[in-house]
Amino acid sequence: MRTIYEKPETLIDTPTHFCPGCGHGIVLRLIAEIIDAWGIRGKTIGLAPVGCAVLAYNYLDIDMCEAAHGRPPAVATGIKRVHPDHVVFAYQGDGDLAAIGTAEIIHAANRGENITFIFVNNAVYGMTNGQMAPTTLINQKTATTPSGRDPVNYGYPIRVCELLSVLDGTSYLERVCLSSPENIRKTKKALEKGFKTQIEKRGFSLIEILSPCPIYWRMDANEAMKHIDEVMSKTFPLGVVKDWEQMN
Amino acid sequence: MKQLLTGNEAAAEAAIQAGCRYYYGYPITPQNELINYMSWRMPEVDGAFIQAESEIAAINMVYGSAAAGGRAMTSSSSPGISLKQEGISYLAGSELPCVIVNIQRGGPGLGDISASQADYFQAVKGGGHGDYHVIVLAPGSAQEMADLVYDAFNLADKYRNPVMILGDAQIGQLVEPVEFHKKHTEYLPPKNWALTGAEGREKRVIKSFYPVKGQLEEFNAHLQRKYKLIEEHEVRYEAINMHDADIVLVAYGTSARICKEVVKKCLQYKFKVGLIRPITLWPFPKEIIRSVAERVHSILTVEMSAGQMVEDVRLAVEGRCPVHFYGRTGGGVPTSQEVIKKITEIEPDNRAAHSLRQLVEVK
Amino acid sequence: MTEKIILAGFGGQGMMLLGKLLAQAAMTEGKYVTYFPSYGTEVRGGTAVYHLIISNEEIFSPLIEETDTLIVMNQPSYQKYKGMLKHQGLLLLNSSMIKVNDLHEAHICKIPATEIASKLGNVLVSNIVMLGAYLTVKKLFSADMILDQLREMLKGKKTNLFAINKQALESGIQIVKSLS
Ligand SMILES: Cc1ncc(C[n+]2csc(CCOP(=O)(O)OP(=O)(O)O)c2C)c(N)n1
Ligand code: SF4
Ligand SMILES: [Mg+2]
Repeated sequence: MRTIYEKPETLIDTPTHFCPGCGHGIVLRLIAEIIDAWGIRGKTIGLAPVGCAVLAYNYLDIDMCEAAHGRPPAVATGIKRVHPDHVVFAYQGDGDLAAIGTAEIIHAANRGENITFIFVNNAVYGMTNGQMAPTTLINQKTATTPSGRDPVNYGYPIRVCELLSVLDGTSYLERVCLSSPENIRKTKKALEKGFKTQIEKRGFSLIEILSPCPIYWRMDANEAMKHIDEVMSKTFPLGVVKDWEQMN
Repeated sequence: MKQLLTGNEAAAEAAIQAGCRYYYGYPITPQNELINYMSWRMPEVDGAFIQAESEIAAINMVYGSAAAGGRAMTSSSSPGISLKQEGISYLAGSELPCVIVNIQRGGPGLGDISASQADYFQAVKGGGHGDYHVIVLAPGSAQEMADLVYDAFNLADKYRNPVMILGDAQIGQLVEPVEFHKKHTEYLPPKNWALTGAEGREKRVIKSFYPVKGQLEEFNAHLQRKYKLIEEHEVRYEAINMHDADIVLVAYGTSARICKEVVKKCLQYKFKVGLIRPITLWPFPKEIIRSVAERVHSILTVEMSAGQMVEDVRLAVEGRCPVHFYGRTGGGVPTSQEVIKKITEIEPDNRAAHSLRQLVEVK
Repeated sequence: MTEKIILAGFGGQGMMLLGKLLAQAAMTEGKYVTYFPSYGTEVRGGTAVYHLIISNEEIFSPLIEETDTLIVMNQPSYQKYKGMLKHQGLLLLNSSMIKVNDLHEAHICKIPATEIASKLGNVLVSNIVMLGAYLTVKKLFSADMILDQLREMLKGKKTNLFAINKQALESGIQIVKSLS
């Protein structure tokens, strides 16, 4: 019999705590697939964020480190200084990376840290029950924007890739999404490109992944996928924002 | 060979000599000599130096390098140390060894840049959230700064615990001859928990998160056992003229140096004064203070604060004798004259008080 | 032996270096020494003051409460620190910039350091003139030893400055000898 689908070895066989239809599990699986395929388990160190993916270290069978909320870029920098030839990646949510950790990500990018950042943008604070995130869409209802995000009070959704693209220290920035098998494949490609950027010592890479949070989007899983395509990607256009291979 | 160095530079060089190869900092007076020194010295030894974007980032870089098995250090002064508290709590909770230097300045708020000891509570009682302790060492000279920074790295590794050096603007900036002569021989456990990539072994995780009910309590019990061990084995202090003292002063760092002068002057007037200088502020030298309290008239704690360490002195004394306090705040440094005056007020009937009072009044 | 010296002037008058040379000499001779730059809120542009203690015994407080010697380079620092000089202490002042306006029960030594330094061609060596004067009055360290240190310190790019520093030191020595 031909095997067409298998659990990657680096993904630990255990129930996750994610909600049905959540994107975090997909992203972790893609990371595990790449680590397996490239045989880099022994030289990869991951950072788990504070957010719904906090337990990532229970799911990935690699050396992993926790970081305080928003601080993965700084912690990753410290690890990378000790192990400059290892593959170091930081996994962060939108609250983690674009609110409390804004200073850390901007300066890691500005230093051109040779680290891969996996930025899961679900437009809410999942872990703390669905409050507004810096990426929450205009008019989107959350626990702290009950009548929708009004820019007058709450500002605008932050486009992280575009924001970082003006920094000379960044090498590869791409926005992808998880809304379909095809888009998931593209996401994997982008993650591979991120790791490649690091392994070839090309500098800072960040892959922003539009990821469904059906629970706090108050939708079912299918509607959430459609919401990414039809609404979310209008505010956050998909595609490469910066690529060292296309520069010079 | 001796070199003339500031306390700040002595701390930096001692860290290098102790094998620290990862330094992350953010400029703040009065510790700038330290970060400046590291900026040229680290590259000489192929170490990492980053001027971080904030103290928060710096302490988290320390967290990363410590998690990866490196000897890491950061330094700052009071306002910056406040920002580091989150990271220090995480370091303690993840049991990561590192050294944090606080060259205290006057507070609260932006305060000023002169010497102060007002961060004592923050240093010894935790500072960040949760039930934890960092080991706190208080140098009294540039030489002792070098010696204690050296020891700090070993203590940190021995117990997998952050160690804080609690200095002040005066200790950091005074220039004194320093010799780097320490040799460490004590056995240190291998870092078989460090993140190095899981090549050929089981994965390792560095974390402080224990969401499963009961686990965190268990972990805390483990921490408390470790702290007890530290309290049993690592207390350090200097005691001067204990045998026949009527009054014993308790002071650390800059205050202790002033108190040494006080002891000397008092003895010239046959006023029997002794001094206990805690070198470890946590663990605190409770035993010696308690035993001394049994036989002296009273204890006088001298600090550059509104009265912080005095609370620990009182806890140690447990009512065995009166505990008095003299302090200056907001960058004020007590003079030996002021302390002597206070002593004569505490013991007005002492045989030598009269002549001592003259010493103070003549001035 | 314990010698406490307060050195004060405005930033740029080289008090830091003066003190450092003395501290270095003390260290070389195996003495205890502490040298403390006492910053205040007046750091920027104002007075720079240094506390230097040299002793054969352990030095306790690095802060001087009562000084054996006061070396002052300008009027504001004279005004500010004259009260710290002990009875019959040594007051060494830069008379090019200071008018004495007090009756001091002290050994006063007026050195026109700025003038002398300007005549030598570089006001920046006024501190070394004072150093020469100090060494001659207090005789703590030999001029030769200090010169060796200066030579060491001015190695490399600054070698050409050694000659004028040497002249400055010698002028300081001479003027004290001529005063006494
Ligand atoms: C200093 C601090 N503040 C607040 C929190 C509470 N907190 C935990 S996760 C989180 C937000 C997470 O949102 P995001 O980063 O978007 O991740 P998601 O859960 O959406 O994946 C917050 C505010 C915390 N742990 N630490
Ligand atoms: S709350 Fe949202 S982001 Fe968090 S696990 Fe559930 S679906 Fe995923
Ligand atoms: Mg989120």
